[in-house]
Amino acid sequence: MTTPISRKPLSMVVPTVAVAGAFLGLFVGTANGSGLMGVVIGAALMGALAFALTTLWGNESASRWSVVALLGALGFLLGSIPGLILGLLAGWFFGWFIFWLFEGRYRGHLQPYLTSGQVFWHYAFRVICGAIFVFLITPILVVIPLSFNAQDFFTFTPEMLRFDPAGYSLKHYEDFFTNNEWQRSFQNSLIIAPIATLISVSLGTLAAIGLSQSHVPGKRAIMAMLISPMIVPLIISATGMFFFYSQIGNFLEGTVGMSKNLVGYIKVILAHAVLGVPFVIITVTATLVGFDRSLTRAAANMGADPVTTFFKVQMPLILPGVISGGLFAFITSFDEVVVVLFVGSASQKTLPWQMFTGLREQISPTILAVATILVVISIALLTTIELLRRRSERLRGMSPA
Amino acid sequence: MADTTANGPVLAADGTPLKQSLARSLRRQKMRALMLIAPLLVFVLLSFIFPIASMLFRSVENGIVQDTLPETVAALQQWDEQSGELPDEEVYAAFIRDMIIAVDNKEHTRLGSRLNYEETGMSSMFRRSGRAIGRLDPVEDAPFKEALIDIHDGWGEVGTWQTIKTHAVPLTNGYFLNAVDMQRTVDGAQAQPESKQILITLFGRTLQMSLIITGACILLGYPIAWLLANLRMRTANLLMILVLLPFWTSLLVRTSAWKVMLQQQGVINDTLVWLGLVDDAARLVIINNQIGTIIAMTHILLPFMILPMYSVMQTIPPSYTRAAKSLGATNWTAFWRVYFPQSVPGIGAGSILVFILAIGYYITPEIVGGTKGVFISNRIAYHISSSLNWGLAAALGTILLAAVLILYWAYDRIVGIDNVKLGG
Repeated sequence: MTTPISRKPLSMVVPTVAVAGAFLGLFVGTANGSGLMGVVIGAALMGALAFALTTLWGNESASRWSVVALLGALGFLLGSIPGLILGLLAGWFFGWFIFWLFEGRYRGHLQPYLTSGQVFWHYAFRVICGAIFVFLITPILVVIPLSFNAQDFFTFTPEMLRFDPAGYSLKHYEDFFTNNEWQRSFQNSLIIAPIATLISVSLGTLAAIGLSQSHVPGKRAIMAMLISPMIVPLIISATGMFFFYSQIGNFLEGTVGMSKNLVGYIKVILAHAVLGVPFVIITVTATLVGFDRSLTRAAANMGADPVTTFFKVQMPLILPGVISGGLFAFITSFDEVVVVLFVGSASQKTLPWQMFTGLREQISPTILAVATILVVISIALLTTIELLRRRSERLRGMSPA
Repeated sequence: MADTTANGPVLAADGTPLKQSLARSLRRQKMRALMLIAPLLVFVLLSFIFPIASMLFRSVENGIVQDTLPETVAALQQWDEQSGELPDEEVYAAFIRDMIIAVDNKEHTRLGSRLNYEETGMSSMFRRSGRAIGRLDPVEDAPFKEALIDIHDGWGEVGTWQTIKTHAVPLTNGYFLNAVDMQRTVDGAQAQPESKQILITLFGRTLQMSLIITGACILLGYPIAWLLANLRMRTANLLMILVLLPFWTSLLVRTSAWKVMLQQQGVINDTLVWLGLVDDAARLVIINNQIGTIIAMTHILLPFMILPMYSVMQTIPPSYTRAAKSLGATNWTAFWRVYFPQSVPGIGAGSILVFILAIGYYITPEIVGGTKGVFISNRIAYHISSSLNWGLAAALGTILLAAVLILYWAYDRIVGIDNVKLGG
């Protein structure tokens, strides 16, 4: 919907811009000695700017560029390169803000009957939500530039803020790819997670198909048991497994005579497979809800045996659910630290374990490089799951949401 | 054909009665479903449910005293522990006979550390006396009462024998009493000395911080869920990425990010100092305490609050609020009386989920919590891997598990297990 927009009186535009200017001035002022001076100067400067640009000049795009240039220069004077960047951003914002208010564009896509209080609340609410989104995403974004730090610090060095190339380096990545400890733990993760996933996906898919049949005695109890690894706090699962697998390990080493290393891997893989099961069960059962049972009957009618029906008819249709369940199981194992800490021994050290000890004892900036790599991996996984979900909904004839 | 329907039972194509035939096919169907479930069920039962059950059993299991000192325990039955007098020679002789066997099998130190959980000093007493007792002869060196008190003064104290007698039962409630800052004594359950009372405080803190985190998640999650549910689909999906990306990012990545942000020389403090809001000498202490844990865990658990809220709010038709407004309700009334009640199931689902997850958290408090911001889980881990008091760890774990299962039961009541959604 569009509401006809009209120019707003200066008595509204100038004070609002001045308030925003005062807010900006508060920060600039405190950074340079006096907050009060900053508020006064910021309010006066921005108020005057709004008045001058809207009534005296009127050429919108030229005015906006001049605000950008003015605040950029001011920022450069006060805080050199980082100041320049913040100044340019502030200039862009104020240029846009002044004309957005003055031309009344802010009402453009709102219902025409809203009172000005409601309009104010509409935008205030969006600012609050924006702040929460910033809270959600900042920790993840902050890690990425810090991982290119040339120093062994965990904060932005003055060189980095000046965008001096000397402040950046790939040395933490180099450390990750050359350091034996990190490489071995990475390899361990790459061995343990896929095998654990394979076990939980194959057993989990079969069980989910069984659970989705119409007459299963004790369905709720079975479901509760299979989901329990997700509900029981990890520390309790880890404690239980610690005692159980030390006995199993002694048995395998002593009676069966397997090597210590192999037994260690078996223990961790089995423990992780159990933790991945609930995710497979939940996603695959959800996919099976929309599965048309007459398809299997039709296949049987045409002479296919149950195994052929499963692989040729049922499996291709529920594959998206199976894969996303598998990804969940994979990430559970790949990200898991408590259980491996209790069940595994030093030669099964996984990547999260290495990070955990790194964080607890000698915190090294290589962790940030690892964290960045993991963020990239999780973005890739997120994309895959989203694509699979859309495909699954298309196959089942729903419109992708 | 009409005759058969009138006289006999209805027959299936192969001649068996239809009822029987249907029952058989139903039975076969059930069997097939169970066969499919069986491998996983056995796997989960064996390697998850059974280990946890046997771990929980450790919280009451206490065979060690009776197994190591069988004759002493029997002899102590005759002794009146309330009398305030030492047991007679018979008990001492039985004790020496038991200890000589125990020292041979090197079991006396284990018993010592078990009793040390109840009475500090027992461990070193058993270890030191063990060597001397090993050299005695059970027949020739009698009487033992004086000899044993010579070896260590502790054997001449009534308290020592009281401790052995009270903890000689094969199944004990002692660990559970310890878990709630009490102890098993001759006079029944008593409160621990003040200096040892830390667990109730820790339980209280775990509950309180989990509630604060849940509350913070509701406050931050509600506006976001509302916004996502009321925006156009395309914009909402884009913004959803900002919620799902943290959800999918490794827990350790997020924890290390917070460690980096919250440090004294970290990003938040540096920014505040640069802006001049905080003096360089008075940097905020926001890590290694409760605030650090609360901030980091609120961030980590926020997606678990937003996703269930969002899925509930999506089903609330926006026309309801519009109708309320057109009937004369103010903005606030329309929200509070019309929209909010319909979104309560979402809040309930999200809160229980976040609370269940928060109460059992281990990694994040361990890294950003210092000593003041840790949870009961950290104490369990400490007893498992450092103090080796496994019985107490099991008792604490049982209490925690019971709390989680009750909450989970409530969650099932409110939302249903089948409605657990996994982000997207």
